[in-house]
Amino acid sequence: MLSRRRCFTAAANRIRPLARAFCDAPAPRADAAPGGAPGSQDRTQEVGGVKAAPDVLDVAIVGGGMVGLAVACALSNMPLTKHLRVAIIDSNPALKSRNHLTKNSIPDSRVSTVTPATISFFKDIGAWEHVQQQRHAFFGKMQVWDYTGLGYTRYNARDVGKEYLGCVVENKVLCNSLLLRFQEELDDIESVIYPTRLVSLTFPSISKQAGMKPTSSEPLSAGHATEELHRSNLVKLDLSDGRTLYSKLVIGADGSKSNVRQIAGIKTTGWNYPQSAIICTVEHVVENDCAWQRFLPSGPIALLPIGNNFSNIVWTMSPEESLRHKSMSPEEFVKSVNHALDFGYGPHPRSSALDHYMEKFFSGIGNTAASTKECFEVPPKATGVVSERMAFPLSLMHSHDYVSKRLALVGDAAHTVHPLAGQGVNLGFGDAAALAKVIAEGVSVGSDVGDLTLLQRYEKDRKAANVAMAAVLDGFQKMYSVDFGPLNVVRAAAFHGAQYISPLKRNIISYAMGDTKWPIFS
Amino acid sequence: MLRRVPPSLRRGLLSSASTHYGGAQILNSSHSPSKSLLPQWRRRASVASTSAPPPPRPPSPPRGPSRSGGGGPTVSSLNPAEVAKFAAIAETWWDASGPFKPLHLMNPTRLSFIRSTLCRHFRRDPYSSKPLEGLKVIDVGCGGGILSEPLARMGATVTAIDAVEKNIKIASIHAASDPTTASIEYCCTTAEALVKEKRLFDAVISLEVIEHVANPLEFCESLSALTVPNGATVVSTINRSMRAYATAIVAAEYILRWLPRGTHEWSKLVTPEELSLMLQKASISVEEMAGFVYNPLSGHVIVLGPLEGTRGRAGIRIGGGTPTLKYTRWQAIF
Repeated sequence: MLSRRRCFTAAANRIRPLARAFCDAPAPRADAAPGGAPGSQDRTQEVGGVKAAPDVLDVAIVGGGMVGLAVACALSNMPLTKHLRVAIIDSNPALKSRNHLTKNSIPDSRVSTVTPATISFFKDIGAWEHVQQQRHAFFGKMQVWDYTGLGYTRYNARDVGKEYLGCVVENKVLCNSLLLRFQEELDDIESVIYPTRLVSLTFPSISKQAGMKPTSSEPLSAGHATEELHRSNLVKLDLSDGRTLYSKLVIGADGSKSNVRQIAGIKTTGWNYPQSAIICTVEHVVENDCAWQRFLPSGPIALLPIGNNFSNIVWTMSPEESLRHKSMSPEEFVKSVNHALDFGYGPHPRSSALDHYMEKFFSGIGNTAASTKECFEVPPKATGVVSERMAFPLSLMHSHDYVSKRLALVGDAAHTVHPLAGQGVNLGFGDAAALAKVIAEGVSVGSDVGDLTLLQRYEKDRKAANVAMAAVLDGFQKMYSVDFGPLNVVRAAAFHGAQYISPLKRNIISYAMGDTKWPIFS
Repeated sequence: MLRRVPPSLRRGLLSSASTHYGGAQILNSSHSPSKSLLPQWRRRASVASTSAPPPPRPPSPPRGPSRSGGGGPTVSSLNPAEVAKFAAIAETWWDASGPFKPLHLMNPTRLSFIRSTLCRHFRRDPYSSKPLEGLKVIDVGCGGGILSEPLARMGATVTAIDAVEKNIKIASIHAASDPTTASIEYCCTTAEALVKEKRLFDAVISLEVIEHVANPLEFCESLSALTVPNGATVVSTINRSMRAYATAIVAAEYILRWLPRGTHEWSKLVTPEELSLMLQKASISVEEMAGFVYNPLSGHVIVLGPLEGTRGRAGIRIGGGTPTLKYTRWQAIF
């Protein structure tokens, strides 16, 4: 009876030393001060490698921008995923910063409007307290209007019982806060961040992806090094400093021109808008506490408070205009900004008698939103431009797939949207939160973190939400890029509706704040 | 004999499972008529632990004559025809869209059930990434190892056995490519053979196997004999209900053709009460039971806790109101 039993323990035993070296320690690199270098030496010795054993990782994040760092931070913050061996590959020197940024300097022109949903994600992963110690500006009011003077909408956080609608934070502050939080979780952050670039990415061969075929050439009996067998199932990352990493999962967080996405051969859909955005920081005499957005024939201009009498400008216009505005003198530019935010292109909007009836009618359905009675205001004048002006082209891009075997795309690598409502990075943080959660679920049920069926849950969760937002913003962009009589009236009606129909107004606010997933009444 | 699980635990089980499938709707009786055409799998898993007096082990399981089995790895409770059936599709074990698609889809749900019940039973930290560290677990009827590998990643020291040699080969090749799962001990053997060797395990897990064995009672006795005193035994199978017939056999084998025809035989399916009685006879006390429903159209697997069963006709209890029987009532309503 016993002789008939066929055991494969022999094979298992051969592999065991390596298994111990790589896996048994609960937190191979993070914990225990001497864990870093000696540990890796042990590895080298135990596998008896000819060359230095390259690092084998669970998760390799390509791109240490806001979204990539958010994934790393979220993974290091959850009990189920904190043991995962994570690496961040990015040559950006900003990743070496380990201190709070001073609040006294002039704000950077690259800012993000983070929604309450993003703020609560940051609070969950413990990074928000670092943001609070650096420059940030909450705003509780927002005014949107257009150049025709036919209508305006004011939003107030009190409409939905909140204290603020969002918060404007410099991108470098967001990155820095995530880094600081990440550092708190890991003692040895240097070993996690690889200040280098990705040269090439090799995914496991097709036959491995489709499942193992029991062919005679399988390495089990062929006497291949077990080490090689393990790696053959992982993604190989070659770095520009000559190092090679192997990872169970690669996360592409390397922006809209994602190298990872291109190597993986994932196709995208999208188009370029015939527009560029100019961003810069301007100064006021008084502090600005409201977010302003005016739709002009060429595109929207937004004035976002960033604290200390400073505001950020995001001005969308044709590429030629943007070049002109970039090169004109600062005085001329300030004049042009003030013109665009005030009387330029058309008159100030006013409310009409019809609005009064509409408000009366809809106040019967629910409580009237606080901001419904607010009158149109003129934004504060800019007195000077204090940063350099940067221009970049705008596009809509959506990746056909967010995941494939051992790969997930997050943030701009998976989708870019029109910046008109400042939603881009918030969608990215939504991706980061969803992906980290799915990985934690996978760990809890013992899945391989690079398993396609697991990653598809992340894709399913995020794709619909991202496509909906991209469509809404694209619709806005299209609607406001045409100066055509009847359409102007429709737009005006939309403004009036959003201003005076309180339930609609509340719904718009919730969607823009990231509280609801769908742009319809939900 | 039967111990009931406090409602809070059962609710915990329900909610923990629904977090994985946040968007899923729990199907209830009011939905089912309109959705009666949806092919659904009706599954049942039960976790049982041996009660304080350890079962009579080494000299135990009475063996039937079927054991003699001339050639091949067939022993005792095995059914040679069933073994051949699975050998034919063994190569597709790790193809998530192949014949074992239903198992791949159910896997996260049943693993989270096993994880949470084993964490409770062995008092492990459910937030640990390796909650089963140090536990000796056996996966009886491991197939390609789609359960064994996750168990190994959860930290368990896994032994996995299957009567089909091809399965064992595929499973060991697949597991060898990941250092964490390479430590799994795969053996082409049977539970009965291991009982003879007096092997013991903290947890004995046998999912979707009992409906394929020749003698389910003997099989249960072998599982019991492999379990250490106060260890845990986890068994799951397809219920013998009309819904299971419609989904597991008609839909999965004939309409969707996920499984080869004849994979499951109606007469061999086991109902919760039958299983419960068999386990009791094998000195295993039933502690937790849960139902699973798989909806191939939405792709969701839903755990239906026994608590739900009390909703329709809470008053009707047979044989002293064990969770099993309440659950049966509820199934009838479903």
